[in-house]
Order: sequence, then C-alpha cells, then structure tokens
Amino acid sequence: MSLCAWSNAIVKLMNNATIDPTPTDWNGAVMQKRIAKRYAAERRFKAMGFIAVALSTLFLAFLLFTMLGQGLRGFQRTEVAVEFDFPALTSGATAASITGPNADTTLNSMDIPGIVELAVSQQYGDQGSELLTSAAAANVRQMLADNPQLVTAKQTLWLPAESRLDVAYKRKGEPASEKTVAALEQKDALRSGFNWTFLTGADATDPSAVGIWAAFKGSLMTMAITLLLAFPVGVFAALYLEEYAPKNKLTDMIEVSINNLAAVPSIIFGLLGLAVFLTMFGMPRSSALVGGLTLALMTMPVIVIAGRNAVKSVPPSIREAALGIGASPVQVVFHHVLPLALPGILTGTIIGMARALGETAPLLMIGMRAFIPSPPQGFTDAATALPVQIYLWSDEVNQGFVEKTSAAIIVLLIFLLGMNALAIYLRNRFETRW
Amino acid sequence: MTGTALLFLVLGLGLVAWIVGRARAATFVRAAKGGPRGQVNSLPSYHGWFVAVCAVVPAVLFMFIWQSISPALVTNMVLSAPAASDLPQDGFSRAAILSEARAIAQGLQTTAFQAQSEKLAPLYKDALSYYSWIGMAGTLVLLFAGGAFAFTRLKPDFRARNKVERLVMVGLLFASLIAIITTLGIFASLIFESYQFFSMVSPFEFLFGTDWNPKSVVTAGADNGYGAIPLFWGTIFIGAIIAMLVAIPLGLMSAIFLTQYASSNVRKWMKPILEILAGVPTVVYGYFAALTVAPTVRDFAVMLGVSNAASDNALAAGIVMGVMIIPLVSSMSDDSIAAVPNAMRDGSLAMGATKSETIKQVLLPAALPGVVGGVLLAVSRAIGETMIVVMAAGYTANLTANPFDTITTVTVQIVALLTGDQDFGSPHTLAAFALGLALFVTTFFLNYVALRVVKRYREAYE
Repeated sequence: MSLCAWSNAIVKLMNNATIDPTPTDWNGAVMQKRIAKRYAAERRFKAMGFIAVALSTLFLAFLLFTMLGQGLRGFQRTEVAVEFDFPALTSGATAASITGPNADTTLNSMDIPGIVELAVSQQYGDQGSELLTSAAAANVRQMLADNPQLVTAKQTLWLPAESRLDVAYKRKGEPASEKTVAALEQKDALRSGFNWTFLTGADATDPSAVGIWAAFKGSLMTMAITLLLAFPVGVFAALYLEEYAPKNKLTDMIEVSINNLAAVPSIIFGLLGLAVFLTMFGMPRSSALVGGLTLALMTMPVIVIAGRNAVKSVPPSIREAALGIGASPVQVVFHHVLPLALPGILTGTIIGMARALGETAPLLMIGMRAFIPSPPQGFTDAATALPVQIYLWSDEVNQGFVEKTSAAIIVLLIFLLGMNALAIYLRNRFETRW
Repeated sequence: MTGTALLFLVLGLGLVAWIVGRARAATFVRAAKGGPRGQVNSLPSYHGWFVAVCAVVPAVLFMFIWQSISPALVTNMVLSAPAASDLPQDGFSRAAILSEARAIAQGLQTTAFQAQSEKLAPLYKDALSYYSWIGMAGTLVLLFAGGAFAFTRLKPDFRARNKVERLVMVGLLFASLIAIITTLGIFASLIFESYQFFSMVSPFEFLFGTDWNPKSVVTAGADNGYGAIPLFWGTIFIGAIIAMLVAIPLGLMSAIFLTQYASSNVRKWMKPILEILAGVPTVVYGYFAALTVAPTVRDFAVMLGVSNAASDNALAAGIVMGVMIIPLVSSMSDDSIAAVPNAMRDGSLAMGATKSETIKQVLLPAALPGVVGGVLLAVSRAIGETMIVVMAAGYTANLTANPFDTITTVTVQIVALLTGDQDFGSPHTLAAFALGLALFVTTFFLNYVALRVVKRYREAYE
C-alpha cells in the first residue's frame, strides 16, 4: 500500500463519527499482554540483528584462525642432524680453496650432493638420504660458501628434512614416517628451525623446498606495470570527466563504459587479455607485462571512480579564485585542484591496487599458472603471482603443501591489510573536510 | 639495443629537449627586459614542454608501432630466404621450428631440439638486428626532427602555453577514451570468438542443450556436448540461490543492527571488520571453502542420511560465496535505509510503533527498491565470481537441485576449457569465449537494471 492511500485511509477514519470515544485501558490484561508480545518481538528482532553481525564476524575470525593455525607451521621446518667428516669426505679441501674468486668453481667440483649422500648413509644407513629434502645439497653448499672454516674439521650440520618426515614431526603423518621420527627423536637428531627457504626460494616439486619469493617478485612486477599504466590514465580520465567534459553523447558513453567496466567480472578481463594481448599482439605468454596490462584495465575504472569523487569534493571557490587571478583552465586543475584531490585519489588507488594484488582469475587466463622454479628476471619472462601460486599449491595432493599454502596466504593477507591500513591512514591524515 | 633501453634514451633526450627549449625562452625573457617590445607570451618552462613533447611523442608512437609490426616483418624476411624453403607445410610444426629459432637467436635458448631451427637461427639473428636497427634509427630521426621543428618555432611572441595546454587536453581526452576502447575490445573479442564458435556448434545446442561434455572435434548437426543449460543452472543455483540465502539475511540484518540499534562506538569498530570480509582475496575464500567448509558440509550431509554427498558440493561454495557478498549487501542496504527521509521514521515512532515495527513496516518497504538494486548487484558479482567455485565446486556438469551434489558453473568451465590445450582455434577455446559472452551480457544487464533502480529510487526521495 502506498503512502498516499494510507493517509487517505487515516483521513477517512478521522471523519468517521462512529469512533468509540472511550480511552484505551492500557493497564487492562489484554493490552498488557499485547504490549508484552510487541516488546518480545522487538527483542527478538534486535537479537537477530546481533546474531547476523556476530555470525559474519565469527566467520571472519574462524577463517583467519584456521589460516594462522596451519600457516604458522609453514614458516617452520624440521631439521635433521647430519655429521660431516669434511676432511675425509672432501679429500683435503682447505678453507682457502673455497674463498676468493675461485670459490664457485671449487665448490662445483666438490660433488656436494655425493658428499651429503655419503655422510647421511654413513650415519643413518642406506635409506638415509631419503631423510633429507632435495635442496639439502644446495643448503650445504651455501653453508660452506658462507663459512669456509667448516671444511677444516668434523661438523654436525642441521639440514632440512624431507616433507613426509616434516609433516610427521609437526603433527600426525604416515605411520612409517612417524616411526622414523620416533627413532630420530631418541637420538636427539631432530629439531625445528625457521624456514628461510620459504621466504627466499621458488616453486619446487618437493614441499619442503618451496618458497614464495619467485611468486612474490612476479606479483611486484605485475603490480608495477599496473600502477604505471592505471594511475596516470585513471587520474587523467577522472580530471577530464569532472573538469572539462562537455555534456554530450561521447561523455555519456565514457561514463557508461567506466561504470560498466567497474562491475565486469574479473575473468572477462582475462579473456580480453588472452584474445587481444596474447593472440592479436603476440606478447609473451605468462609474462608480468601481460599480467600487468590486464590488471591495469581492471584497476583503471576503480581509480577513475575514486578520483572523480576526490575531485568533486574540492570546493568550487578554489577554482573560481584561481580563474579570477588569471590562471588558465589547465593551470587551475593542475596547480590547484589536483594537489588538493591527491590524498583522495591515492586512497582509491591503493584500494584498487590491493584488489588487483589479490586477483587470480584473469592471471590464470593469460597463462601465469606455469611452474616457475626461479624468479623472473625481466618483465617478459614467464612469471607467476602470489595468489596464483596459492591456487597452484592448493591443488597439490602432497600433504606438505597444505601448510605452505596457508603460510603463503598469511603473507598475502599481511600485505593486503598493510595496504588497506595505509589507505585509511592517508585518508585520515591528509583528507581535508571543506 | 633493447626496447627498454631505447625508451630510456628517448626519455633522456626528451629531458634534454626540455632544457634546451627552456634555455632558449630564457634568452627571450632577458632580451625583452626593459625593451620596447613588451613581455614574452609564455613562461620559459612552457617553451621547454613544447619542444620536449614535439620530440618525444612522435618518436614513442613510432617505437610502439614498430614493436608491434616488426616481428611479422622479421618472420617474412626469414621465410623468404632460400634456407627456409624446405620447412614443413604443416602450420603447427612450422610455427614450433620458427619460435625455437627465434628463441635461439635472442639467446633465450642455447641448444636446438630441431635440426632446422638451428639452421634458421643465424638468419633470424640477422633479420632481428636488421629491423631493430631500422627501428632505432627511425625513432631517433623522428625525435630529432620533431625537436628541431619545435625549436625553430620558438619566438618571444610564440603562444607556447596555449599549444601545450591543447596537447594536455588531447591527452586527457585520450585517457578517457581508453575506457570506451576497453569496453569495445571486450565486446569485439567476445563476439568475434563466439561467432567462430557458433559457426561450428549451433547456438541452439549451446543455449538449450542439457548435455555438457565438450568434444574437441565437432561435427555439424550432431550432438557435440556443448549444451550449456547445466552450467547456467549451476551458476544460478550457487550464485543466485545459495549465496543469496546466506548473504541477504545476514547482510540486511547486519545493516539494520549497525544503523538502527548499535551504539556509535560499536558501529565504528564493526563496520571496518565487516568490510575486511570484502577485502579478503577470493583465492583465500576458495581455499578455505575447499579445505574446511566442504568436508564439514559433507559430514553433515552424511549425518542427515544423504548418501551421495560429494566432497566438492554446491553448498560449501555457495555458503562461502554468500559470506563474501555480505559486505556488499550490507553497505547497499545501509545506503538505502539512510536515504529514507527521517520524517517517515519519526512519524512512525511518534504513533507508538516500536523500533522493530518501524523498521519492518516503514523503513524497509520504503527502502525496498534500493535493497533490491543492491541484491541485483550482489547477484551479478556472485555469478561472475571465479576462484571460489573453481576451488570448491566441481567440474562435472550436473542438472540437479541437490545442494550436496557436485555442480559446475560457467566460470569454472571457462577456466577448465582454457587451461587444457591452448590451440587457439579449437572449439574448446572458442566455447570459453561463448560462455564469457553469456556471462558478460548477463552481468551487464543485471548491473544496468540495478543502477537504474537505485537511481530512480534516490530521485524519488530527493
């Protein structure tokens, strides 16, 4: 029933002379019961609202705690003590021979994988080398390069354990691995250490040797391209639409396009990138360049919309004052309006970039899902991004990848929260209320 | 010289041009001081900008055009050489050899796996360096010509500021046009690829067929397994039904509680917390749905006695998607409730209605168009969502209304079709674009209607 009909009904009621003139008995049993019922309904409704907020918050808390609970283990690794009798194993390498400019060649000629295998099998039997991750030899090499003095004596080095063992030591694993863990624990040959490889390494087939640096670098490079393209274009478009655009068909079309682009599903941008950048222009597949271009098209409308709001909030008196003392329209905008609107624009840009950083689907479309075992060196190299890496690891069957996926999610969330916090700080610190 | 280095060289020379132009104008200023001819028209830096823009812009444009056409020219030159005459006619192996030869010539690859590509590599190297020299020379010639032309035009009464400002306006207009170009690009590429797809598979089968089991070789007239009805149903079931059953009550009630009941302190804290839900990347939601929610839902279904509960069930994906949408529904409802004139609310309260009666019988009916607009936007967001369903929902097309069964959506199938074989002309790839077109048109329509509804509703109360 519309408002109008309602008021008509009330007027009719008022005109009707047959209304009972006796006042309502508010203390009567019937009325009291009715009031109690209405108040109960009121409390129920309020409780429903509270439950809705509480449920949403609980879900968020549950999600974050699940990720933290699993992910923190991903930053740890299990290490096995291995005794190296370096003088015997290396047949007399000296500290001097692995320092200086020739260190690399000497280390390469030392057959470190063989040395590691020999040392482990001497200590833990023939199956010993299965205790260690595939990257153990590289770790030993790094230790020797960092500290050549190690090579002169018998040493006990702690090397990262193989993934199944790692899982069994941290929580429940396969029965066979559990048994190995128990045996090693008796010898005091197991400990937990911080997993530096996870922060510095790249993707690998063995979950105990994976790292996120390659994916993270890919993300940074993609974001750099996105920012470089989307920020100027977005700001210029916002300035044009707010300050100069005449009211005509073309301006209407631009506005409709921008509002539409802001709501297009992200996967459609991936299809555009695939059809236009990869197939039509023949740009390198799975490169940070194409990823950045695709995400820039997606981020640009967000920046335009935020930019327009920021430009709109600059009061007209500033423009009029500048025009009044003889500034040209371009000078008014670039010398006065833009600097005043910049904090708002930056806030919008950071929020848009945070969204682009977490975006996965369009990057899958343009092939950034390749196995990337080393960080990309240039913008046209095959690369992957952090969210895509999370998706790829989540698909792995190996149990060891569960905690690595969650750990990568923690890193991603920290960055996103940091960016959003920066945006809020910028807004509070620099935004002027006119 | 690589493209990046050349770009930096051009920009560096542009800086030089700016300095030269500015210095030239500074001499005008000194000469005009106290002279009879009055002042110089523009500030020296505008002269500098004029020279720099005239030098850099044509050169950079030429560079980009050259970058996009030179690969084709290089390939043509290699193919016209006598050594290339014995290449296989088959397009696929031919392209493989050519791309390997190119990789070797560029130093990306050291050893050849195909004998012919090793033979072609030096040819490629010559052609590449030949064309890159032409490109570099052309860029630099244009740069110096543009700079020299602009420099000769500098005079004390030259209106450099007006020229530069006109160029700035052109730049601003061009930046705005990129939005239109992108929209047209999306539309054109989707239409073009879909047209190719529909010339292989009949649109009738695609739109009304109920069997989704795409074959990689299609025969005209026969059933090729491209019936998309199960996908459309799955998308609607997960995105528009299950997710909305979660998001609408929770989002609407949260908005009501936070705006009507909560103290300002609670509101100050709870609103950003709810907004975090919208900021969590979808890949995280997808992982959470697949790892935690889906097994729980499955156990629950088994407890209820549903025997065929799948581990990648529709319910888990829908619930998590609904949670992701809560902030969107909540903020849209918040806006539309706030837009209801206070007089209506105060009138209802003055008549003795309780708060909840006022909300249910006055505020919500008045705000309904805005809330509906928000829900439409939320639906459009949900059906376009990819990662949650890719990770938590299944890949098997299933025409079922059982929420514990596995079900697939349009976006899942786009990802599945495009991550298999990557031959661009295959019906699999083209089908992904047809699905993309359906998705694009649907979301465009939903957004258009939603914005119209919201706009008209706002106007009604203004």
